[in-house]
Amino acid sequence: MFSDLGKYLSDAGTRADIGTDLVDHIYLSLLPLVFGVVVAVPLGWVAHRFGRARGALLGVMNIVYTVPSIALFVIIPVLIGSQILSPVNVIVALTIYTTALLVRPITDALDAVPAHVIAAATAMGFRQWRRFLAVELPLSIPVLAAGMRVGSVSNISLVSVGALIGTGGLGGLFTDGFSRRYLPPIIVGITLTLVLALVVDLLLVALRRALTPWTRVQGVAVQ
Amino acid sequence: MIEFRAVTKRFDDGTVAVNHLDLTVDAGTITVFVGPSGCGKTTSLRMVNRMIDATSGTILVDGKDVRSADPPTLRRGIGYVIQQAGLFPHRTVLDNVATVPLLFGWTRRKARSRAAELLELVGLPASLGKRYPVQLSGGQQQRVGVARALAADPPVLLMDEPFSAVDPVVREGLQDELLRLQAELDKTIVFVTHDIDEAVRIGEKVAVFRQGGVLAQYAPPAELLARPADDFVAHFVGKDRGYRALSFVDASGVEIREVATASIGDAVSQASDWRLVLDDGRQPRGWLPAGSTVDGQVTEDGLEPGGSLYTLGTPVRGALDAALSSPSGLGVVVDEEGRYAGVLTARQVLDLIEAQRGSRR
Amino acid sequence: MIFADMVTWLTDPSHWTGPGGVPARVAEHLLYCVLAVLAAGLVGVPLGMFVGHTGRGSVLLVGASNVLRALPTLGLVSILYLIAGGGTVPVLLGLVVLAIPPILAGTYAGLQDVDRSVVDAAKGMGMTGRQLLWRVELPNSMPLLMGGVRSSMLQVVATAGVAAFVGLGGLGRPLLDGLRVLDYGQVVSGAVLIALLAVLLDLVLAGAQKLVVPRGLRLIAGTAGRRRTQRRVEEPVQELVTTGGQQETGGTRA
Repeated sequence: MFSDLGKYLSDAGTRADIGTDLVDHIYLSLLPLVFGVVVAVPLGWVAHRFGRARGALLGVMNIVYTVPSIALFVIIPVLIGSQILSPVNVIVALTIYTTALLVRPITDALDAVPAHVIAAATAMGFRQWRRFLAVELPLSIPVLAAGMRVGSVSNISLVSVGALIGTGGLGGLFTDGFSRRYLPPIIVGITLTLVLALVVDLLLVALRRALTPWTRVQGVAVQ
Repeated sequence: MIEFRAVTKRFDDGTVAVNHLDLTVDAGTITVFVGPSGCGKTTSLRMVNRMIDATSGTILVDGKDVRSADPPTLRRGIGYVIQQAGLFPHRTVLDNVATVPLLFGWTRRKARSRAAELLELVGLPASLGKRYPVQLSGGQQQRVGVARALAADPPVLLMDEPFSAVDPVVREGLQDELLRLQAELDKTIVFVTHDIDEAVRIGEKVAVFRQGGVLAQYAPPAELLARPADDFVAHFVGKDRGYRALSFVDASGVEIREVATASIGDAVSQASDWRLVLDDGRQPRGWLPAGSTVDGQVTEDGLEPGGSLYTLGTPVRGALDAALSSPSGLGVVVDEEGRYAGVLTARQVLDLIEAQRGSRR
Repeated sequence: MIFADMVTWLTDPSHWTGPGGVPARVAEHLLYCVLAVLAAGLVGVPLGMFVGHTGRGSVLLVGASNVLRALPTLGLVSILYLIAGGGTVPVLLGLVVLAIPPILAGTYAGLQDVDRSVVDAAKGMGMTGRQLLWRVELPNSMPLLMGGVRSSMLQVVATAGVAAFVGLGGLGRPLLDGLRVLDYGQVVSGAVLIALLAVLLDLVLAGAQKLVVPRGLRLIAGTAGRRRTQRRVEEPVQELVTTGGQQETGGTRA
């Protein structure tokens, strides 16, 4: 099996193809992560701010999240009129998942900002939008980052399913391996997916640590 | 100066939080709003910086209707301190204090150097500036809260139960600190509390509110204790008000006496009277009981602990307490440096109080 | 128009009869899912109870769940199928393997989440370890445990659809067969049916959750649930479990 793997990887053309698949995989999984954050933060704010919208919004997110990816990948074209084999479908579908995943924790995080901190900010003369950017949003970063970690791993794992509709990044290695009854591409694909997920996860952890220095200090009461 | 003119606040559910309030807070004074919960004291405070808008009536700050400014701009010019301090957990202490100057558009450098000055002003070491709020004790957080409120040097400071969440010992320290700061800064301070002791301790004038947002009495603390306007105020002020009123009675007329003293290390023969033992700096250490014999030298261990000390020039309440709490029945009087100055008896203090009552009539 | 094609496909009576008809495909899909989740529950719940009650092996559990979450399901079913040399059973085993982590993590987190003071009180009243587990810890962990079951079910519904690629029956069949012949009406019909099945199964399990979660816990869910989500989202374990909804689900998705 290992000799097969060696033989498979010895071909420069194969390696170049794998590299292309990897790059595709990265943008297919991470663009939706970024888009998802951009959509979910305002939605979370709406759910946090308007009690009436909250139930409906979170309910819809729940339902959306139950739809299996392979179904969503091919339903998207019906909804937005794209080609059924277009990469746009994967990006839109994963953006929807990321959004559905993030709205609830963002809402909860905004709810959890202490009322006295908000009151103090208001009383010092922050206008609402500025207060959101300077106080509420930064305080939600730990929760947002935790959600993004789940989202990134989930997206990286899901992109492969897109191979069934022709846009799957490393997932192409699975369909290729299966159709040729040949294990090496599948093993390479699984390994690279896991490594990618791990690397992105570590990067997100590092990013969170850099952005939230206050969460790392010890809460010691000093006289 | 802050003026409430016929101010009423009715909430959406119909409850009247503040009912036709007319009140003037003098510039450069500490005015305390006190009352049971639900009396509208906090609502009244929060209407000044428009955290809550009045239903009717007018509030003027230095002659300007607060409704004429947009709320954020108004608020930047008014300091605000709240119970849990409301510090931003994600910003360092220094950046917390620099918040309002930054909102005013100061450069970060200038705002931070101002913030550092303020930390010093409220008695915090500069090294705390780099910490985050979670790394401070409750008392320190409150000091930072005060520093933050003062950062842009607002003429008016609103304090909403700022010291309620800290333990009693720390609270007393913070109250003293506030009085010290006020002597230096001369702000117009409105201070809300539910604690009448705190109110009479720090207020130059005290407004007592009753349920339904009605002002029951507005007077200096001594008057509040001596002549409560009605049963509600009398009851709210509490059982010990006669005794507490002594906090506002001058004790300068009392004569102090000498008592036999000894020092640590002295060899003392048997004595018939109580002796006060002093240390090298002439500060009282305790008492040698009458009839006690000392084996050789006077040591710390052989002493009976003294009562409270009365510092010269302070109100009569402390003098009476010193006499009542002393094991010898003699209250120990010290000067401002804490050095022994003499003793007095409860009888003397009571005579003085009686004499003053007589002269007031 | 794909939408019109879908309606045409779905309203064609010939697609509703026989071994390849919609009812038969739904029944197959349902059978796979129920069997896989049941099997996963038989493994995951006792294991989760053990880890949650004793605290032993939690590090391993978190690590393993993270890896499984990142595992691409298409790659997994392909490799299982090829290694086993074909057949339905290895693919179903793959479904079971993917269904275990959410249940395991949900059970574990549910036990971990039980208020420490409640556990203390139970011990103080003289409960044995076994009594504590069955009478206090398990009932109190029901919300998270059932959340895990729901995630697990969604996971399996989705993976079973993908597994049609290696020959499994169920609703993935019309979808993938349609792709092969470019019959998009059929493709989207399959997708919509899978989506509906997933949503319906989740609703059924949500109902079941209401039945098994003690009423006292449901009453506090409105307030405490929110706080709980919040807290756990900042901890690694959180990422593997669900709190009633599926958002924070820990299983892989497909």
